Amino acid sequence: MSTAVAEGKTWGGGNQPLQASYGKMMMWFFIVSDALTFSGFLAAYGFSRFKFIDSWPIADEVFTHFPFLHGVDAPMYYVAFMTFVLIMSSVTMVLAVDAGHHMNKAKVTLYMFLTIIGGLIFVGSQAWEWNTFIKGDYGAIQTEGGNILQFGKYVEQDGEQVFKRVAVRDIAIPATSKERVQHERKNGLWYVSEGTLPSYTMDEVIHGLQANKDVLVRTQIINEAGEKTVLSREESINQIMKNGKTVVEGANLHVNEYGSPLFADFFFFITGFHGFHVFSGVVINIIIFFNVLLGTYERRGSYEMVEKVGLYWHFVDLVWVFVFTFFYLV
Amino acid sequence: MAHEHKLEIFRGLLKFKSNTQKIWGVLILLSIVTAIEVVLGILKPEWSMVPVLGMKLLNWIFIILTIVKAYYITWDFMHMRDETKGLRRMVVWTGIFLILYLIFILLQEGGYVFDVYSDGYIKRDF
Repeated sequence: MSTAVAEGKTWGGGNQPLQASYGKMMMWFFIVSDALTFSGFLAAYGFSRFKFIDSWPIADEVFTHFPFLHGVDAPMYYVAFMTFVLIMSSVTMVLAVDAGHHMNKAKVTLYMFLTIIGGLIFVGSQAWEWNTFIKGDYGAIQTEGGNILQFGKYVEQDGEQVFKRVAVRDIAIPATSKERVQHERKNGLWYVSEGTLPSYTMDEVIHGLQANKDVLVRTQIINEAGEKTVLSREESINQIMKNGKTVVEGANLHVNEYGSPLFADFFFFITGFHGFHVFSGVVINIIIFFNVLLGTYERRGSYEMVEKVGLYWHFVDLVWVFVFTFFYLV
Repeated sequence: MAHEHKLEIFRGLLKFKSNTQKIWGVLILLSIVTAIEVVLGILKPEWSMVPVLGMKLLNWIFIILTIVKAYYITWDFMHMRDETKGLRRMVVWTGIFLILYLIFILLQEGGYVFDVYSDGYIKRDF
């Protein structure tokens, strides 16, 4: 073989040095860069957590709900379910890719359909999870310095004294006349507005705390046993009277009844960004699904497009595995 | 185009007859690992609470199991096992190197900021 021929073979195009098509390789490179974006977020989460290592919210106490089981303490079961749904839809995706290799249009169609359903269940679950987190559970008191004080009491359970949370709405004694009404544009200055007022004032909570003799305050600080510190009765009243500023219910980007607002910020940002990936994955899957139905890939003679969206879909699953670990387990 | 799959996992300990069978096998493996994680997360056994290298043993177990899951998702679902060595190294080592570097720097810095707070030099500055 002369050098000219060899050069033509190497540089003349149509060559695949990594045995992967251009599209597949570019999908891999996109995945690497997206993985770096996600790890940037998760590392930032780790930074903030290490910064507040002795007062970070305990995930088991935050995500304790399961749909249709109201009031049942079910930590992590729902996220475990969501994880399983996503892994399952990853499996149907890889089965679709496999059917594509065998040019089996019917099977590709079925498995793509199941993958889309799995993705929709996951996004729906995430919306439900957000809704529960935003609405909140027991409510808490925020101090001047932005710390969170929660209520609870010791109850006898199987012969042991267990600390049970008590909701602000259960102890607060509503005042007979509200002296403070929400400022609205129509009844005040037309160019300023005010956010929703807390459902209870500090006075109502203080009265409630004084009336309920067994209620104690729990701070954010994690003690040696890995639990949040519970104050004595005296210290509880003292803290609320001295430092309490406002009632907080649920979580948003500014306040978080479960502890550090940063926890809520990262939760919304990282799971939101991941949820956006799942959503766009579902949209792309739907487009490919219709292309499969129309026989585009049958005519093209290759189902490689299914393989490429498959790579993206598995990546979304891969990211969730890490989000699951660092938000819910660790 | 022929699509050849390597059909063995655990370094050849477990060999599957077809690609479909391997997919279900990997699903079972991933489900078992997730189940272990959830059970450990709920029970939080006493023995796993000992600190190892600045973190609870349980957290290390979670992280290792997560990497195990990530490995099987990438290798079998994303077919990394069937790609050439060049592509595999390009994707995996670039990611791992940069991510480890970033995590080291940020966690180190986070721990430092915590110390500054707890030693009481600065109360609230940032």
